[in-house]
Amino acid sequence: MTTAISVKNLGKQYKIGAAETKFRYNMLRDVIVDTVSAPIRLAKALVGKSDRRMNQNFIWALKDVSFDLDEGKVLGIVGRNGAGKSTLLKILSRVTEPTEGTVTVRGRVGSLLEVGTGFHPELTGRENIYMNGAILGMKRAQIDRNFDAIVDFSEVGQFIDTPVKRYSSGMYLRLAFAVAAHLEPDILVVDEVLAVGDAEFQRKCIGKMNDVAQQGRTVLFVSHNMSAILRLTQEAIVMKKGQLIKRAPTPEAVDFYLASGQAESGERVWEADEVPAASAPFKPITLKVRERSGKVVDTVRSTEPVVIEFEYQLDAPVTGLRVGMYLNTMRGEYVFTAFDTDDAKQYEQFGARAAGRYVSRCEIPADFFNEGRYYLGVNASSFGVKRYFMDENALSFNVDISGAPGTQWPEMRQGPIRPRLNWKIEKITD
Amino acid sequence: MTEPTTIYIKPSKGLAALNLRDLWTYRELIFFMVWRDVKVKYKQTLLGMAWAVIQPVMTMLVFTFLFDKVAKLPTEGIPYPVFSFTALLPWGLFVVALNQGSRSLVAHNNMVTKIYFPRLILPMSSVFAGLVDFAIAFVILIALMFYYQVTPAWNLLWTLPLFLLLAIITALGIALWLSAINVKYRDVNQALPFLTQFWLFATPVAYSASVVSDKWQILYSLNPMAGVVNGFRWALLGAGNGPDITLWVSATISVLLLISGLFYFRSMEKTFADTI
Repeated sequence: MTTAISVKNLGKQYKIGAAETKFRYNMLRDVIVDTVSAPIRLAKALVGKSDRRMNQNFIWALKDVSFDLDEGKVLGIVGRNGAGKSTLLKILSRVTEPTEGTVTVRGRVGSLLEVGTGFHPELTGRENIYMNGAILGMKRAQIDRNFDAIVDFSEVGQFIDTPVKRYSSGMYLRLAFAVAAHLEPDILVVDEVLAVGDAEFQRKCIGKMNDVAQQGRTVLFVSHNMSAILRLTQEAIVMKKGQLIKRAPTPEAVDFYLASGQAESGERVWEADEVPAASAPFKPITLKVRERSGKVVDTVRSTEPVVIEFEYQLDAPVTGLRVGMYLNTMRGEYVFTAFDTDDAKQYEQFGARAAGRYVSRCEIPADFFNEGRYYLGVNASSFGVKRYFMDENALSFNVDISGAPGTQWPEMRQGPIRPRLNWKIEKITD
Repeated sequence: MTEPTTIYIKPSKGLAALNLRDLWTYRELIFFMVWRDVKVKYKQTLLGMAWAVIQPVMTMLVFTFLFDKVAKLPTEGIPYPVFSFTALLPWGLFVVALNQGSRSLVAHNNMVTKIYFPRLILPMSSVFAGLVDFAIAFVILIALMFYYQVTPAWNLLWTLPLFLLLAIITALGIALWLSAINVKYRDVNQALPFLTQFWLFATPVAYSASVVSDKWQILYSLNPMAGVVNGFRWALLGAGNGPDITLWVSATISVLLLISGLFYFRSMEKTFADTI
């Protein structure tokens, strides 16, 4: 068996904070000084010496990553946002250069991220197929050979000579995907985290990935969706803060990932300067997602209850207060809205609250969520009087559906909830 | 299936290798980019390709009025419309390089941040797309020359291609520099209108290079476009003294501009996807 990808001591450093000092003018004096010193800054910038004012901090998005992958293997990559997964894929597909280390890749790398890149709205479907194919590195003969298959796959048929600006967004996406799907890469890279489009489209991506894997080609698959990783890969690596911390058969790697290193997530802390002055006397402190054992987690299991905990401070007594949350899906659809004083008795008792520190805690029952990522927003208000504080996107968390109803069928279920319903099956006649 | 090629990815150090072989592998993409630029440029316009003619012709008419009828500038005995139109051809190519070329990377940032391909293709195809307009305007020039009965020398068969090459070298050089700088510093966008205007005055497009006094000729020829425009006039109309020291100065600057542009571009290329 030959090695398809060999990564050695790979590292990628990014500059951060370079732009922060810009546009922070306090006085006219600053503006004048800035303008006068502009030519000097220009000269320094062009010869590569950075300005003293641009105090640059560096972070390692990827550090000391090494692994080999044999041809024909499907490797899952899991890790939190910012763990370096996407950076790794970008280096493998040569979009960006590493700062240190080497990669040896045998064969052509294709990615389903490139879908529709270089499409021009004024060009017809046919013209865009050739254009996009060339951008993705296909030879003209290869496009000619696959042309009919691409058109078939895209289902745009009779509109192939219509400018794509007249296409519906669905047609546009289908055509774009059809080109990418016929790219025939030796190594396919799928970053589901960044995949655009609706559930249907994501399903197509996963389907394509499966096909490629079955043809014996090498696949790298990044996902937050543990059941997809479990279903589609045999082996996985776990990344944390730019480092590869575990490589194991997928079930073991997923368990490791879910059980460790997640404590710092599943929690949102508000710093003093993040809270607008207008929200006084209400002051948010933390929002946490806990699993049954009480551990703060980024990924919860659908089959277990989830506790949402909002801690806040009241600097003065407030009457008519309700503190609550919005729950949204990744696509921005509301799942529900709920407040801590929704219950009439609770409202009698806690509608008026004295100054002090509080926690509003609620439990979302087991067998509630479908798989995917959910966003939590928080809100504190007195109905009809004042909205003290609102953050519509305070925290997000993943739901893992292992063991949930219907998981014996490897398919995506529609809808944001996945209840365990009490089905009764009766035989009423022979 | 053919044996897959092996790719080595590692940080490039210092002046990166130019990697022209990679460019050759992607030659079809250059063709498609040029084809797309030309095709899209005149879509949904009433006059279509006629714009490639209207722009230089209108400029020529304005110049003729201002500099011939009003200012009465010397043209070495050549009818002013032909005199200025000959210069407007390479100048038009240069303006495309300045404007489209320098914006090419930023305008295609979704390509730059998503896929690998030799980034050189973007400024290159902008310049090559300018050649299509050049060819169309060239037909008009031939008509003008017939009308004014200007007979070119036979040696234009080899001198003109050489000066066209020099024009492309200059245009590509400036496009490489500006497009790479533009990725990091959008100041380029602000400077472009001014730069284009300033450069037009510094180039003998509307006037003859002979109005510049002798002691300033060498300094004047540091503008690579001066050499290009003078060369075009000499090759097509027989104007001026032909190749002399000023041409060599201009041509040297052009070549240096291209070579330094290539190296600057390549050394910045590794950070394009991160900074764009």
